[in-house]
Amino acid sequence: MDVSAGDLNAPHSMGTTIIGVTYDGGVVLGADSRTSTGMYVANRASDKITKLTDNVYMCRSGSAADSQIVSDYVRYFLHQHTIQLGQPSTVKVAANLVRLLSYNNKNMLQTGLIIGGWDKYEGGKIYGIPLGGTILEQPFAIGGSGSSYLYGFFDQAWKEGMTQEEAEQLVVKAVSLAIARDGASGGVVRTVTINSEGVTRKFYPGDKLSLWHEELEPQNSLLDILSTGSPEPMVS
Amino acid sequence: MSSIGTGYDLSVTTFSPDGRVFQIEYAAKAVDNSGTVVGIKCKDGIVLGVEKLITSKMMLPGSNRRIHAVHRHSGMAVAGLAADGRQIVARAKSEATNYESVYGEPIPVKELAERVASYVHLCTLYWWLRPFGSGVILGGYDRDGPQLYMVEPSGVSYRYFGAAIGKGRQAAKTEIEKLKLSEMTCRQGVIEVAKIRIYGVHDEAKDKAFELEMSWVCDESNRQHQKVPDDILEEAKAAAKAALEEMDAD
Repeated sequence: MDVSAGDLNAPHSMGTTIIGVTYDGGVVLGADSRTSTGMYVANRASDKITKLTDNVYMCRSGSAADSQIVSDYVRYFLHQHTIQLGQPSTVKVAANLVRLLSYNNKNMLQTGLIIGGWDKYEGGKIYGIPLGGTILEQPFAIGGSGSSYLYGFFDQAWKEGMTQEEAEQLVVKAVSLAIARDGASGGVVRTVTINSEGVTRKFYPGDKLSLWHEELEPQNSLLDILSTGSPEPMVS
Repeated sequence: MSSIGTGYDLSVTTFSPDGRVFQIEYAAKAVDNSGTVVGIKCKDGIVLGVEKLITSKMMLPGSNRRIHAVHRHSGMAVAGLAADGRQIVARAKSEATNYESVYGEPIPVKELAERVASYVHLCTLYWWLRPFGSGVILGGYDRDGPQLYMVEPSGVSYRYFGAAIGKGRQAAKTEIEKLKLSEMTCRQGVIEVAKIRIYGVHDEAKDKAFELEMSWVCDESNRQHQKVPDDILEEAKAAAKAALEEMDAD
């Protein structure tokens, strides 16, 4: 079999799963951690949830370069804005700046973004900004290639007024389901929770996630199976 | 009273030996000689009032507006040279719409005041420009509540509970200080402003006719800047006249 390492110089794309969910008191942002160039996983532990300000974070999907440059510009503009205003920017302002960049450069950019944060006027808010530069304020948003598998899941599992626990568990479960089905998503699940008290980052490695339909228990090595003396290594 | 510059007052880019820029002070004089403009911040909003001196009996009432809406949530009353004031208002309107299209939210009043002040100040820095001969009182209602700012021809801007510029400002300020603004609603504020206006002007008997122009931004007006409704305005004028007569009767 011809093993091809893929074109390592191909544009890095984040076939991704990104999620943002509001709950009673704040927001939870979640993402997988796979960055791929063609078939090669360039980074299996990437951090797709980027800080824009102390109270606003952004989930990035699509072209890694494009989403990074957009986040760099918006972070710079928001920093200036915060200084002029004399207080933290609102989530709405952050989302609007992202949207203006996305829309005005739509011919050159290929990136879907989810902005989530907390401010003292509106509380926790999620804004989805897909490919063309539309801005949509939503109670929850999903994006990236893995999100295709989550539309039905959220229709059923989403409810208004969840607690922080429930929201975090929902996000982790959803990303993990998407990772199971989408080849372009994988690695670990990262979450960022933002509320009036501040920001908390959490990290869920593969073995902490539940197993879904037809997923096998992780085996350390086939040799272990053989050495335990079981005559049937392939147990159905 | 008015100091003579003697040579240091020919250009706005010249300091005097005692550190003053005379041209800016002269610009302030233009404001001081105009009709009084008063603004107060009540607990639920802002009230702006202008004493419009009627120069000719043939002027149509309601013309020569001195209070302008800058944005949905804020308005500006100008004193001094009217044409200069219109420039400032135009700039403020443009700043407000530009901010909203970039940041997606209505411009905070503090930010608007800073931008207006910085524009007015700009015109005091170059020899080919003259300072604005008008001061403005800017009132607006944003997420942080009602706020009142005053911008002077020097480009200085401060936030106030109550502000007055123009001829009767001293008398007006004295009256405003007597009021308990934090407990007053805008409805009562409108009456108080009418009283101040009519007191202030009445004392200066040399100015005969004047028209009272008032606007507000408050909870009652849905946080939009608008002219005080005619019926409330009439009520306020009547109440003010009655209070005036009472005072005179003493």
